[in-house]
Amino acid sequence: MAGGFVYNAIDQTEVATAEIYGKAIADIMLKDPKVVAITADLAKSTKLGDVLKVCPERVINVGIAEQDMLGVGAGIAKTGMIPFISGFSVFCSMRACDQLHTDICYQNVNAKIIATHSGTSFGQAGSTHHAIVDLAITRAMPNLTVIVPADGMETANAVNAAYATKGPFYIRINRGFDRVLYDNMDYGFEVGKAVEIHPGTDITVIACGSCVFQAKQAAEFLENADGLKVRVLNMHTIKPIDKDAIIKAVMDTRRIITVEDHSVIGGLGSAVAEVMAQSGKGCAFKMLGHQDKFAPIGLHEDIMAEVGIDANGIISAVRELMQADFEEDDNWEDDV
Amino acid sequence: MALSKQEWLALEKKAYELRKLCVQTTVWGGSGHIGGGLSVMDLLTVLYHKYLRIRVEEPGWEDRDRFILSKGHAAIAYAPVLCDKGFNDMEMLKTFNLSGSLMGMHLDSNKVVGVDASTGSLGHGASIAAGTALGARLQNKDFLTYIVTGDGELDEGSNWEAFMTMNQYELSNCIVFVDRNHCMIDGPTEEVMKLEPLEDKLKAFGFNVIAVNGNKIDMLCDAIDVAIERSKEKCNPTCILMDTLKGAGIKDIAGDYHCHYMAIDDELFAKFNQQLEEDYKQRVERAEKEGK
Repeated sequence: MAGGFVYNAIDQTEVATAEIYGKAIADIMLKDPKVVAITADLAKSTKLGDVLKVCPERVINVGIAEQDMLGVGAGIAKTGMIPFISGFSVFCSMRACDQLHTDICYQNVNAKIIATHSGTSFGQAGSTHHAIVDLAITRAMPNLTVIVPADGMETANAVNAAYATKGPFYIRINRGFDRVLYDNMDYGFEVGKAVEIHPGTDITVIACGSCVFQAKQAAEFLENADGLKVRVLNMHTIKPIDKDAIIKAVMDTRRIITVEDHSVIGGLGSAVAEVMAQSGKGCAFKMLGHQDKFAPIGLHEDIMAEVGIDANGIISAVRELMQADFEEDDNWEDDV
Repeated sequence: MALSKQEWLALEKKAYELRKLCVQTTVWGGSGHIGGGLSVMDLLTVLYHKYLRIRVEEPGWEDRDRFILSKGHAAIAYAPVLCDKGFNDMEMLKTFNLSGSLMGMHLDSNKVVGVDASTGSLGHGASIAAGTALGARLQNKDFLTYIVTGDGELDEGSNWEAFMTMNQYELSNCIVFVDRNHCMIDGPTEEVMKLEPLEDKLKAFGFNVIAVNGNKIDMLCDAIDVAIERSKEKCNPTCILMDTLKGAGIKDIAGDYHCHYMAIDDELFAKFNQQLEEDYKQRVERAEKEGK
């Protein structure tokens, strides 16, 4: 595993995902003097406390100025250093969109964006602070690798992978505690490769971020209650997307549901649909996520339930899609 | 160090040659941002032929001074400077603006050798410059970052974010030039969007401001000497506010905002070259008289 920084289940249960990021980046910065942390008045919120303790001189705070933060990061990267730029997802992807596009991606600099408070994880803050279009934006940017870790262990893996891999990364993590998916870091994390969380042959649920745990719970429930074999894929890397895993799911299960704490336009669901449509293989398909609507205000878990991206929502969608029929012959005029 | 008469004359000659090459490039490319290119040509000349610590044979040298052309559309002036200096082949310049060329209207740092930042989207260069200057500080390196913004470009709020960072981190190793040519695409800056009192604004953002005529090489050098001297101590950065003429060197277009982007036909080409020569003669006369 890249970097070799190991966290365990105790870390996972006792610290928020962003705090694991804070620990991971502090470990990297202790080891490598070329790594710099950059923030825009969010050193505390983005959990850079550990870094401030070990190497405060390498924490650059530009004030509430996200455009400047990304531009400064690009400049620092151009001197051979490796900036880890952390800020809220909404502001990294939208306020500083042009800097992300032009300074970071176009110049293909070795800068890492750690986008916190993503999806609706800062639920009570309302839509100004909900990042539900950031994947649509970042996924379209050439040179950028986009990762949505499912929990703290995966965040540590993603941070280590980003450190070890040259080029720009956008790592999208949540604000608070994520439900624990992995006890440790050794489950075979590899950028661009989906991880099968639950085996199945009847239907595949492809999820990312906080929805992966929900999908796993749904799959376990459906196995017991309905006797369904639900394959769950943790699609932590949104770009480059794991085409092989998607096409294999199309062929093996002929039914796919995507789940994400993001708009269904342009995010994980779209990425999966693009691969499926271009494969020439048909498949019953449903996308769960924010349905072209701004999310309500509330706790993250309440919003996830309301939007239908929690275990209950996934269970309902699986049952619905299992009823759906699809064309087996060439006659497209008849009803299915 | 004071500019000797000999050095001054050599810089005037180089600036004249580069102005001609800029006009020629506009012809090769079909059209170009000649106005804002010519307004910064004196600065580009003195930086690339007197001040920048760079190695043509080792363009990626990590201790080199950085130069960031935030007003990326002045590539019509910058590309000739880089080709003349030897970073890129002269043949490449003949493809400027053309389909399939490595040299577009705004230079790509991953395609054109010697370019430190891909610019073109205005308001980006200052933050990148703050970043390279911070990178130098964090690594105990003594290279300097020179960055030039347009004046109309200062309408972009992101510049002022970067200026605050430069002041906060006392980035005196970053020298900011503002090309105050008083023009933008839609008209004079003060008519489109007021910038004045610009010097006061820059001072209020923490700069040590030196106001000079940016089309007078001797004055430009004096100001840069001061900025370099100041860079030796960690302190607030220097901004050299250059009063310039858009289209400087060509009497017919100098100071006219309409020359922002233009095509040049054979007749104009001949006329522009003639006017550049007249301008050069006057510059030499002044250097001969006032130089030491």
